[in-house]
Amino acid sequence: MTTENESGSGGSVPNTLPAPPTKFAAEPAPAPVNTAPSAVREFLRKRGSGSLADNSFSAVMLLCACSIFAIVAFIFGILIVHSHQSLVQFGWKFFSHSAWDPVSGDFGALPFIYGTLATSFLALLMAVPLALGVAIFLTELCPQPLRAPISFLTELLAAIPSVVYGLWAVFVLVPIMRDQLGPFLYKTLGWTGFFEGPNFGVGLLTASIILAIMILPIISSLTRDIMTAVPNSQREAVLALGATRWEMIRIGVLRNSRIGIVGAIMLGLGRALGETMAVTMVIGNHPDISKSLFAPGYTLASVIANEFSEASGDLYLSALIEIGLALFLVTIVVNAIARLMVWAVTRNAPARVN
Amino acid sequence: MDFQTKSMRLNTAWRSAMNYLVSGLSILATILVILPLVAILFYLIYKGASSLNLAFFTHIPAPVGEVGGGMANSIVGSGIILFLASLMGIPIGIAAGVYLAEFGRGTLLGNAVRFTADVLNGVPSIVMGISIYSLIVLQQKHFSALAGGVALGIMMIPTITRTTEEMLATVPHAIREAALGLGVPKWRTAISVSLRTASPGIITGCMLAFARVAGETAPLLFTAFGNQFWSFKLNEPIAALPLQIFVYAISPYDEWHRLAWAGSLVLIVMIMVSVTLVRIFANRGVLKGGS
Repeated sequence: MTTENESGSGGSVPNTLPAPPTKFAAEPAPAPVNTAPSAVREFLRKRGSGSLADNSFSAVMLLCACSIFAIVAFIFGILIVHSHQSLVQFGWKFFSHSAWDPVSGDFGALPFIYGTLATSFLALLMAVPLALGVAIFLTELCPQPLRAPISFLTELLAAIPSVVYGLWAVFVLVPIMRDQLGPFLYKTLGWTGFFEGPNFGVGLLTASIILAIMILPIISSLTRDIMTAVPNSQREAVLALGATRWEMIRIGVLRNSRIGIVGAIMLGLGRALGETMAVTMVIGNHPDISKSLFAPGYTLASVIANEFSEASGDLYLSALIEIGLALFLVTIVVNAIARLMVWAVTRNAPARVN
Repeated sequence: MDFQTKSMRLNTAWRSAMNYLVSGLSILATILVILPLVAILFYLIYKGASSLNLAFFTHIPAPVGEVGGGMANSIVGSGIILFLASLMGIPIGIAAGVYLAEFGRGTLLGNAVRFTADVLNGVPSIVMGISIYSLIVLQQKHFSALAGGVALGIMMIPTITRTTEEMLATVPHAIREAALGLGVPKWRTAISVSLRTASPGIITGCMLAFARVAGETAPLLFTAFGNQFWSFKLNEPIAALPLQIFVYAISPYDEWHRLAWAGSLVLIVMIMVSVTLVRIFANRGVLKGGS
């Protein structure tokens, strides 16, 4: 910068001219070098170019943005450091081993993985058709005046805290499961083997139902966004060919947005995998692998919630933290894939403001 | 010819029946979704309102076996933790959003930050809890309100960042250019023009994030830990409303169940009020016009 200045103006006036403010390229043509600087230039020179303030402002913003990377890296790092003992001692066997014995120091996460996968899968099985139905109703069928209140109601479901769902499940859903739904399922579907054994009301099925209620609003509101992003010309084109409304939805809308819908479902899955409080309150908290959905189970998140504060001994604690690490990695992968899928569909669509 | 007409008519009947079937199913699905919401809210109001009284807001929890007591310390504790969380989450979240919208639009780094924020949003809250436990509680050797605030603050960041960015993106570019053309430096443009124009939407985002973490229990289990007594110190365990609801809900005492319902009602009214305010904010100002 300085060398450039000197070589440029070195010929006529060596040192008297102040450094020209580089920021303002479009200002009026510079006065002849020998006359006194104009008032405008004097003002700008006194004020400084402002590049310092600009640069430091953008640096602060950049720092805050990068703190998001730092947070993710820090969570990952701290989980690895604190689960080191268990990582070394059990290796990969940790995830295929079903013992959970704090007394003798033998730990395996298989029952929790089973519980997490079973409840999440069942919850998706219940929530996805309902969520799709709601999204189709809201985007394609619903009369205009009803649209806002119904979508508001479904989004209210997302605002209810997990612990309140849990409370409701403990005092309302569990008795219903125990006295009405459970016996009914045993009578009608008992032959499948999924509804056997004693039914206490708490167990995998109850946890799945409450999970399904909790992930419904996420899937349905995202699916709605994605379906709204399908251009109207697609719908009109299909209708113009003589399709019924359902055919229009199937061919014109669903087929165009299927990647995004899969992404929305995976986001729901990510939420279901990590959901803690409501599940902990109704799943029964027993590390069993049982085919029956009435049996009590345990999930990755709920074993942490229940046993972390009373974990005695370093190995116990580090096994629990390793479970947290596994949960973290799985949800990160699921969320990343889901986000990419949703982006692929909604990227070019105008942003919906609430 | 005759056969063709017949099969076409049959086909049309089948197609229109299918149409009605699917329409009916989607209406049924909507009703099935709204049903649990209504059931939960109704039951909550019914149980909660009958257990709410003045003592709930003025007393600390009574010992086991004694009737009465309230959650005054939990309400105050939740307030303190949420204040700490906002103090940390809101500035960082907004600044990161400003970066994404004003400086990092379309750059590789900007996209990476946006993606990471979305992924961070999906990290289970319990994992956040044990990370902060390992970072702060293990170092300090005791549970603290500060640790709870940090855990919730981190959870607020991604939501605020993404809404701030989306709201700034709706500010028309011409306004920025006008300011820059008058010689206003870029940082001043970002603060006084872009942020100012988008402020209703950004406030919306902050309140949504606030409402979301207000009901979080899992990250507080091993950070704030809960407390049966008054505590105003930042480096001591502190009570929080969701924690207290959890403890009371899984307890075997009817009196405590009653308090859990009352606490849930208070919590949900707080959250609903902020979500409704969000709606009102979102429906006016620049947001309505878009760009």
